[in-house]
Amino acid sequence: MAATTTSPVPAPRTAAPGRYASAAKFTVLLVIAVVFLMPMYMLLVTSFKPFSEATADQAWLLPRTWTLDNWVSVWDRLSPALWNSVRLVVPSSIIAAVLGSLNGYVLAKWRFPYADLVFTLFLFGMFIPYQAVMIPLQQMLVSADLMGGLFPLVLAHIVYGIPICTLIFRNFYAAIPDGIVEASRVDGAGILRTYVSIILPVSAPAFAVTLIWQITSAWNDFLFAVFLTGPDSWPVTVQLNNIAGSGSAAVPYNEQMAGALLASLPTLVIYLVLGRYFMRGLMAGALKG
Amino acid sequence: MSTKKEVAVRRVRTWLPGLLLVSPSIVLIAVFVYGMIGWNFQLAMSDKHKPIHDGEFVGFANFVALWSEARWLNAVGNAVIFTAVFVGGALVMGWLLGLLLDKGVRGEAALRTIYLAPMAISFIATGLVWRWLMNPAPIERATGLNALFANLGLDFLVNDWWTSPDFGMVAMALPAVWQLSGYIMALFLAGFRGISDDLREAARVDGCSEWQVYTKVVIPQLRPVVLSAVIILGHMSLKVFDLIIAVAGKQIITDVPAIFMFDMVFEVRDPAKGATIAAYMLMAVAAVVIPYLIWTIRKERSEGR
Repeated sequence: MAATTTSPVPAPRTAAPGRYASAAKFTVLLVIAVVFLMPMYMLLVTSFKPFSEATADQAWLLPRTWTLDNWVSVWDRLSPALWNSVRLVVPSSIIAAVLGSLNGYVLAKWRFPYADLVFTLFLFGMFIPYQAVMIPLQQMLVSADLMGGLFPLVLAHIVYGIPICTLIFRNFYAAIPDGIVEASRVDGAGILRTYVSIILPVSAPAFAVTLIWQITSAWNDFLFAVFLTGPDSWPVTVQLNNIAGSGSAAVPYNEQMAGALLASLPTLVIYLVLGRYFMRGLMAGALKG
Repeated sequence: MSTKKEVAVRRVRTWLPGLLLVSPSIVLIAVFVYGMIGWNFQLAMSDKHKPIHDGEFVGFANFVALWSEARWLNAVGNAVIFTAVFVGGALVMGWLLGLLLDKGVRGEAALRTIYLAPMAISFIATGLVWRWLMNPAPIERATGLNALFANLGLDFLVNDWWTSPDFGMVAMALPAVWQLSGYIMALFLAGFRGISDDLREAARVDGCSEWQVYTKVVIPQLRPVVLSAVIILGHMSLKVFDLIIAVAGKQIITDVPAIFMFDMVFEVRDPAKGATIAAYMLMAVAAVVIPYLIWTIRKERSEGR
């Protein structure tokens, strides 16, 4: 009611401060963006500097002579670990995603008694500190003679990835109308036929979200890796931490920076190219969109 | 009689295939989550203080003993400070970014990409940069941020970072805030945009000032967002490990339960004590997460899914 009588007056008045306000807003956002990019900048410039320029007084400057030496030498040190990471991430993310898809399908469309309870118990597995399973897990793997190689790590990423994968797929499938699944059931299709002919063909986005989530978290994992793998099968995070340490494996810090970038490149590229799906996974991880 | 039975059989037939399909995962979760947690508690309640010991049941002796140990008290204190700064910092920063981006800004997509990028990188890699940025060397040999501050004439900002006995954990939380703020921003942004403009407009028409619209309409609607943000940050913070290893290594000054536990497994080799620390970590996370999970599932059900 009041709007009709007052609207002509405040409109021009708000225009001017509005412009200042949005300029101020943009400035603040830009400053924060610069601060956020600072570590990235440091990584990038230092990784192209020769050792002679990687000193305190030139730390924030661009390299005077650009060099790829750091990248080359760190590639030699990290490539076996990078390869381990690839061999670890591929099977664990695919298997976890498939299991998650089946679980999500059942929990959304073929619910059984106490399905909610099962789902809640699954979800809790997503939040637990993995320290609480680590000592028994180690003991079990040792006594079953399964320690060594990448198997323990692949197993861990599959098992502890099931909760989030199930969650993503369940929420995705919940949006599919029940009627479609019902109709297929009435036509006599069983649970698997319905899955293959109705559900799977529309699942691509959810697979993208879960795969990206799983790839990113398995690639970036450090905790499981230090507990469950030995030197031959260390993934890149562990090896990176070693070359940055004070031990015999330590390298100069311009090489460390190149190493950190090299180890981060795969997930960064995925994020930059497929950011939309990455975002959706993050949202699912918070349970509430 | 028979019809009743038939109905029951048919009902079982409708849900049994589903249960079978989920059963591999149920078994995996049962064994590897709940079985292992149970086993861990069993270890924590035993005197298996060397890997070769059998371990007799000792009840809660290990749980009690931990509290008379200086290292444990230090680690818990550090975790509390870290949690307060990290959760508070990321929440404020994420809210601020969400608020500023809410109404649409030029280059919004690019800005969002920048703020969220740290989420795609491991704590090990970012910790490595932050170790260098937060190098505590004195001003003559200053590097990283200290060098930047000195060059800009901001000498009063030059500090010891994570090596400071009083503020070490505060400094340690900075990289974590940097890493997670973008995520919290995304949560808030989704929350802000979930509030319909009609609702805000209605409040304005009713004579609310912009501030009132914000406090009376927007904030109450954001409560679920704040809650999930706190849970996410809180449970991460209780588990913090990689970041501290990458920035400081295993130093007493930045010790936390996760690092203490790691030492018990790899250095001291005391399974019972390691399991006890892990059990405390689990209980701390459970106290935060279980009510949240129940609340989420109930709410979902009442919304009729």
